[in-house]
Amino acid sequence: METLWFILVALMLVAYVVLDGFDLGVGIVAPLVARGHGERRLVLRSIGPVWDGNEVWLLAAGGALYFAFPLLYASSFSGFYLPLMMVLWLLMLRGIGLELRSHVDDPLAWSAFDFVFSLASLLLAIFFGAAIGNVVRGVPLGADGYFFEALWTDFRVGPHPGILDWYTVLTGVLALVALAVHGANYLAVKTEGEIQARSRRVSAGGWIALVALTVLSLVATLSIRPRVLENFETYPWGWIIPLIVVGALAAMPLYRRQGKDRHAFLASTAYLVGMLGGAAFALYPTLLTASTDPSYSLTIHNAKTGAYSLRVGLIWWSLGMVLAIGYFTFLYRSFRGKVALGEDHGY
Amino acid sequence: MESALGLHRLHFAFTVTYHYLFPQLTMGLAPLIVIFKSLALWKGGLDPGDNRYNRAARFWGKIFAINFFFGVITGIPMEFQFGTNWAKFSQYSGGVIATALAMEGVFAFFLESSFLGIFLFGEKRFGQKIHFLSALMVFLGSWISGFFIIVTDAWMQHPVGFEIGPDGTAHLQSFWALLGNEWALWQYVHNMGGAVITGSFAMAATGAFYLLSGRQVEYGRLFLRVGVVVAAIASVLQLFPSGDGHGQLIAKYQQPTLAAMEGLFNSEAGAGIVLVGQPDTDRQKLDNPIHVPGALSFLTYRRWESVVKGLNDFPRDQWPDNIALLYYSYHIMVGLGTIFIAIMVLAALLLWRRKLYDARWMLWILMLSFPFPYIANTAGWITAEVGRQPWVVYGLMRTANGFSSNVSAGNSLFTLLGFMGMYSLLSILFLLLLWRELMHGPAFLNGEGHPAAAGTSVLPKTAEG
Repeated sequence: METLWFILVALMLVAYVVLDGFDLGVGIVAPLVARGHGERRLVLRSIGPVWDGNEVWLLAAGGALYFAFPLLYASSFSGFYLPLMMVLWLLMLRGIGLELRSHVDDPLAWSAFDFVFSLASLLLAIFFGAAIGNVVRGVPLGADGYFFEALWTDFRVGPHPGILDWYTVLTGVLALVALAVHGANYLAVKTEGEIQARSRRVSAGGWIALVALTVLSLVATLSIRPRVLENFETYPWGWIIPLIVVGALAAMPLYRRQGKDRHAFLASTAYLVGMLGGAAFALYPTLLTASTDPSYSLTIHNAKTGAYSLRVGLIWWSLGMVLAIGYFTFLYRSFRGKVALGEDHGY
Repeated sequence: MESALGLHRLHFAFTVTYHYLFPQLTMGLAPLIVIFKSLALWKGGLDPGDNRYNRAARFWGKIFAINFFFGVITGIPMEFQFGTNWAKFSQYSGGVIATALAMEGVFAFFLESSFLGIFLFGEKRFGQKIHFLSALMVFLGSWISGFFIIVTDAWMQHPVGFEIGPDGTAHLQSFWALLGNEWALWQYVHNMGGAVITGSFAMAATGAFYLLSGRQVEYGRLFLRVGVVVAAIASVLQLFPSGDGHGQLIAKYQQPTLAAMEGLFNSEAGAGIVLVGQPDTDRQKLDNPIHVPGALSFLTYRRWESVVKGLNDFPRDQWPDNIALLYYSYHIMVGLGTIFIAIMVLAALLLWRRKLYDARWMLWILMLSFPFPYIANTAGWITAEVGRQPWVVYGLMRTANGFSSNVSAGNSLFTLLGFMGMYSLLSILFLLLLWRELMHGPAFLNGEGHPAAAGTSVLPKTAEG
């Protein structure tokens, strides 16, 4: 049962990263692909309608995580106190930059909102990447299941690391590049002409960095946490995950050269799913690795909630998800293709 | 440790108080927007050229959207703060309350965010029936969201449906007992009534403002009609049955809280209700009291001469830790609630006699009254939360044991200051946006729902387009 919930929570988090990932990515690449007010507006329009719904996945995933593994929620949210609070502020600033821009008619304010929006998107991508890095690398858990991490200590990966060390900075940069490519692919789908051409160029340039960083981070992960390979030995079918990642990386430039932007976007989606799925697969059944003493690690067994809750939860969760998917399908079908005709080509 | 506890409490109190300024209006406006859409469907059938009700719905939809946006961005921190600042509490009670919180995410957030997009941008595309449906769904979503939050708080006030597991934390034992907690039901009715009061007062005040300043007069009258009628009904119901019902629960399950709310230090037969007075906790007496004799005994036990227990009948460590604040917030809530009834019943009377639109003195009162429901709702929540002290989960876990002891006072203050700065910025932006919409008014809103003026553009759209 707890394995099932591990998978469900992981799925919701992946859904969040894939969905909010492309609008974060759009924020990151916006200064590179859009020049002038008109183009900026167009670029923002491509995500204006969806970013809020995408962010709901973060809340829903957070809620599900708290529900299924209360100790993990309590321990990690208090331990990652400072970076999480900064994430909250960045999410607020990003929402403000995105939503309130259209409420003012002043070029000075536009550039301010654009700057805030792009900077917040960029920092969020790095923070999220560093967060995953922290989970994989491990945190200094005590016997009570709690820890507190300073933002940085000496940038080395030791038993008492900070939020940022060379490894988590690496994963942060990897996330930044991955989401930038993802966002650029999305923009290539949603735009035409100059913006599309620039988006493709950004995606092409980002791809090279992405391949290099992916290899680098895999090597780094294997060197600091060799145990991540254990699950692949126990369950050999797991090797399909790295194949997905490699396939997605290989497919991206091929599709881009053929002008199949939508397929390229699906490829970067598959890349994200593969990378996150791989991390989850390698961690299982650990939720939060202890860098201090492996026996202090939080696992799905010692962090799970009561069996009755998990059983009942499966019922309401499925019901809620069916409803949610129902709303989305209804909406997506109703709005498909015909939105904002005669306006900018954004959507 | 002491100061870390205090800062974590202030942290949560500040962010949640600020946050709730927005949902109380959206939850209150949602049913009123549904009323406008219903009127539009009904009257539109009689006279297809009459577009007033649809315009009114669009106008309030925009006000709703701005508030919704600010509610969302200030609400996200709330879900985080259980874990960041109150880790021990989260660990202890997660087996129960996380069910309610996660259900809110799954059942309310998706519903709201999906249908708000249709409501704001889909009127032309989908026609009036779907537009009505989307208004109804947004209403449902916001009220479902409120319900799960109330269920969470009600469990902290009056824990039910759980058992303490072998790991020493609370585990859910009965799903339906959690959702059907009698405390949750009364608190929900009382809380949503408070939200409707905020929404209807805001609507009446807007109407009065338009009439007094001679702009958008036709809509001013419409807003006054709907606002005053709804506010009058809601204000009366807020006292009885919902306020009374909620009070009965406190009298039954939180007796020290009741005594502190009333400023009753010594047990009394035929205890009176204090209208005005200042509690002196050191000398354990009330300064300058004005009483209604016997009323407290009657209201609590339905008998004039019943004994109501005073604080001194309870061990000191069971007393709420801020008696003066609890006493004042309760009295401010009740006092304002009484004034609301007086204002709105009078206004409704004038409306019925067809004199309201010309009674400028009453319009001034209505226009200036809109901040007070916010104060009353806030005071009500302070009463509930300070009244629960010294417990974070009543009778089970003390607040002093619930905070994140791994997060230092300095770190908590750092982020509290950060939130204060951030929320100052938000306040300025919010007031600017709202003022803009108010000056714009409903008269020229066509069905385009131009995204430029809406607070949140959650227009749903496929990722691949």
